[in-house]
Amino acid sequence: MIHRECGVLKTSYAADMALYPVPLARWTVGAIAAAAFGVFPLLAGDYLLSIANLAAIAVVGAIGLNILTGYTGQISLGHGAFMSVGAYTAAILATRAGLPVWVCLPAGGAMAALVGMIVGSPSLRIKGLYLAIATLAGQFVIEWTINHVTWISGGVQASIYVPRPALGGLVIQSQREMYYFIMVVTALAVVAALNLFRTRVGRAFIAIRDHDVAAEIIGINIFRYKLLAFAISSFYAGVTGVLYTYYLGIANYEQFTIVTSIDFLAMIIIGGLGSILGSIFGAVFLTLLPIVLRYVVEGIGGLFFTIPDVLNLITNVQLILFGGLIVFFLVVEPEGLNKLWRNIKDYFRVWPFAY
Amino acid sequence: MTRSLALTLAAVLALAAAASPVWAGHEIAVGLQCDRVGPTNTIGPFLCPGAHDYVKLVNKKGGVDGHRVRVIEIDIKYQVPLAVESYEKMKQEGIVSLMLYGTPQTYALTPKLTEDRIPGTAPGFGRADATDGTKYPYVFPVAASYWSQATAAVRFLLDESKKQGKKVGKVAFLFYDNPAGREPLQILETLARREGFELRTFAVPPPGIEMSAQVLDIGGRFRPDWVITHLFGRSPSVSIKELKRVGYPLDRVVSFVWGAAESDVEAAGWSTAEGYLGLQYAGVGQDFPVIQEIVKMYRDEGQAPPKEMAHSVYYNRGVLWAAVHVEAIRNAIKKFGPQIKGEHVKQGFEMIKGVTLGGLVPPLEITPNDHEGGGWVQVWQVKGGKWTRVTDWFKAYPDILQEALKGS
Repeated sequence: MIHRECGVLKTSYAADMALYPVPLARWTVGAIAAAAFGVFPLLAGDYLLSIANLAAIAVVGAIGLNILTGYTGQISLGHGAFMSVGAYTAAILATRAGLPVWVCLPAGGAMAALVGMIVGSPSLRIKGLYLAIATLAGQFVIEWTINHVTWISGGVQASIYVPRPALGGLVIQSQREMYYFIMVVTALAVVAALNLFRTRVGRAFIAIRDHDVAAEIIGINIFRYKLLAFAISSFYAGVTGVLYTYYLGIANYEQFTIVTSIDFLAMIIIGGLGSILGSIFGAVFLTLLPIVLRYVVEGIGGLFFTIPDVLNLITNVQLILFGGLIVFFLVVEPEGLNKLWRNIKDYFRVWPFAY
Repeated sequence: MTRSLALTLAAVLALAAAASPVWAGHEIAVGLQCDRVGPTNTIGPFLCPGAHDYVKLVNKKGGVDGHRVRVIEIDIKYQVPLAVESYEKMKQEGIVSLMLYGTPQTYALTPKLTEDRIPGTAPGFGRADATDGTKYPYVFPVAASYWSQATAAVRFLLDESKKQGKKVGKVAFLFYDNPAGREPLQILETLARREGFELRTFAVPPPGIEMSAQVLDIGGRFRPDWVITHLFGRSPSVSIKELKRVGYPLDRVVSFVWGAAESDVEAAGWSTAEGYLGLQYAGVGQDFPVIQEIVKMYRDEGQAPPKEMAHSVYYNRGVLWAAVHVEAIRNAIKKFGPQIKGEHVKQGFEMIKGVTLGGLVPPLEITPNDHEGGGWVQVWQVKGGKWTRVTDWFKAYPDILQEALKGS
C-alpha cells in the first residue's frame, strides 16, 4: 500500500527487519484481511466467489513457482506435474485411507516436494534453458506415469473422486465455505513465503540467484539450498493441486498439463519475478483476464455483429487481446505488474512535493 | 427533422414488436460450453452452431409449449478452470440443463452437477461409466460411449468379414494415449477373448501427429485384417495419410466417432481417403427434414444457410445435442408444469424415447438406468468425395457392456 515513511526512524536491527516497516502497513494489512475474510464473502454471490476461489488457488501455485524461479533463479517447466502429484496423493489418501483434509493437504504437498527434489536434482549441474528442458522431461514422465499406472490413477479414466473436505463435523461444500477454506490456506502460504525471505534460508536462495559461485564462496551449500528451493516450491505446487482436487471434487491429471506449467510461468513473469505481491498480481490478472475480456468483447461485439458471428468472434478476439495485453504490460514495465505498482507507490510517497 | 426522426423511430419500434413473437411462457435457459479456439477447434466451430440453429428453429416454431429456450454459450477453451467459472455463471442465470464439452471438463463438473441437481449431457466425450444412471444420476452420455463404439466396431468388422467369407484373425487398435483414448481398451480385450481374434494395441502419444512408427508396425509387421482407430484432433487425418503411405487398404480401417468428420478426410485428401470407414452417432449429410427446415428458416430471413452446415458430421451432432435437451425440457414441462428445475429436466431426459428427427437421431431410449440411450451407431464410408451410409443404426454385445458397467 501507499505508505509514507516520513518521520519513521529505525533505531534497532529488529525494527529494520520488521515485516511491517511502517505502523500504517500493519493497518493496511489488517484492512485487507478484514475485507478478504469479512466483507467480501458476505457481499459476493456464488459466481464471484467461484472466481475468487480459482484466483486464490492460482495465487498459491504462483507463489510457489516464484520461490523457485523468481527468488532462487531456477526455471521449472514441471510445476503442472507437481500439482498433479499433490492432487493424486491427496485423492488416494482421502479415498483409500479415509484420511481427513488436514492430513491430505500437507501430505500432498510433501509428496510433491519429494518428487520435485528428484526432478530438480539436475539443477545441481545445469542452469537456465538446460534446466528448463530437464524439468520439462519431469513433466512428461509424471504425466505418463499417472496415465499408465492404474494404482495411482485409479483406473483407465485416470480420475479419482474425493469426498468434500470436512473439518470436525463441518463439511465444506458451498462456494462460501470453500472460499474460507481456500483463503485460509492461501493466507498461510503468503505469510509463510513473506517470512521465508527474512530467514537464512530465503537469503541463501537470493544469494544463489544473484551469483551462485559467490554464494558458495561465502559458505552457502549450493547442493542443499537448490534442492530445498525445489522442495519448498514443489510443496506449494502440491498444495495447489490438493486445493484444486478438493475444490472440484476430483483429481484428474489432464488439467495439469504442460500448458498449466507455462500458465503459471506466465503469471509470475507478468506479475513480477522475485516478489510475493507480484505473484498475487500475476495469478489474479491471468485468472480474471479471460473472464473480463469475455464480458467486454461480448458487450461491444453485440452492438456491431449478429449473434452467431459474435460467438465465433468473441473467442478469437479474446485470444488476440489476451496475447496483446500481456505484451503491452511487459513493454510498459518489463519487471511486471509489481514494478508498475511500486512506481505508482514511489510517485505518491513524496507527492505533492516531488523534490 | 425531429418529426421524421420520431416517425422513423416509431416505425422501427413497430417493426420490432411485429417481428418478435409474444411469449406466453417464461424463458428457459440451457448452458452450452463450447471450445472454438482451443485444442478441439476442428470440432467446436461446427458443433455449437448446430445446437444454436436447432434451438432457434424451435423458438421460431413457438418454443417448447410456448416457452422460449435460451442457449447461453460460453467458450471454455478446453480448460477446466474456465469450465468451472462458466458453469457458476450459467447457474446464476438459472440454467435447467448443461451441455458439457470435453472429457476432463465433464469429469470436473460431475460432482457439482450432482450437488446442484442440474443434468449435463456429454455426447461422445468419454465417461462410459456414466451410462449407469443409478451411479451418476446427473450425467447423460446421450450418444454411444467409447465402450459401445468398441462393441459396434467389432461387430461390424466380424459381419463384414463373414460376408466376404473370411475369418478375422488379427485386429490392430490405434489409439490416442490419454484416458479418453484408453477407455475402450478393456472392452476390446474382452471381445478379442470371446471372438478369438488377436488384438494388438498401438498407442499414439499426445499431441498425436507423429505415428509413422506405429503405422509402419501395423502395415509392415503385424498386418492385421482390420484396424480400429480412436484418435482426436488433427491425428485422424495423419492416420489416414500414414496408413495410405504404408499401403494398408483404407476400407479395412474403422474409426471411432472423433475421426470420421469431413474435416478429417479433407485434411488427408478425399481421394486418398477413399474407402475409409467411420462410426457416427448422428446422421451425416443434409437429407434430413430438420436440416432442410433450418435452411428454410434462414432463407425466409433472407440469409444464406450457415456455412458451418457443410461440415454436416459435427453440425448434425450439434443438432442432435440440442434436440435431446429440448425434448427433455418438453417432457419435464409436460409432467411438472412450466416452473421446471434441473431435477425435473433430469427426469425429462429419462423419458426420452422415439425422437428420431427423420433419421438424424438414432432410436434413443433413455431410462433412469441407461443414460446412454442404447448406444446406437451407424457406419459410414468415404466414397466418391463424400461420406455414404453403410449400415443402419445398430448396437452390439449388450452383455459385455453390462458386465463392464457393473465392474466400473
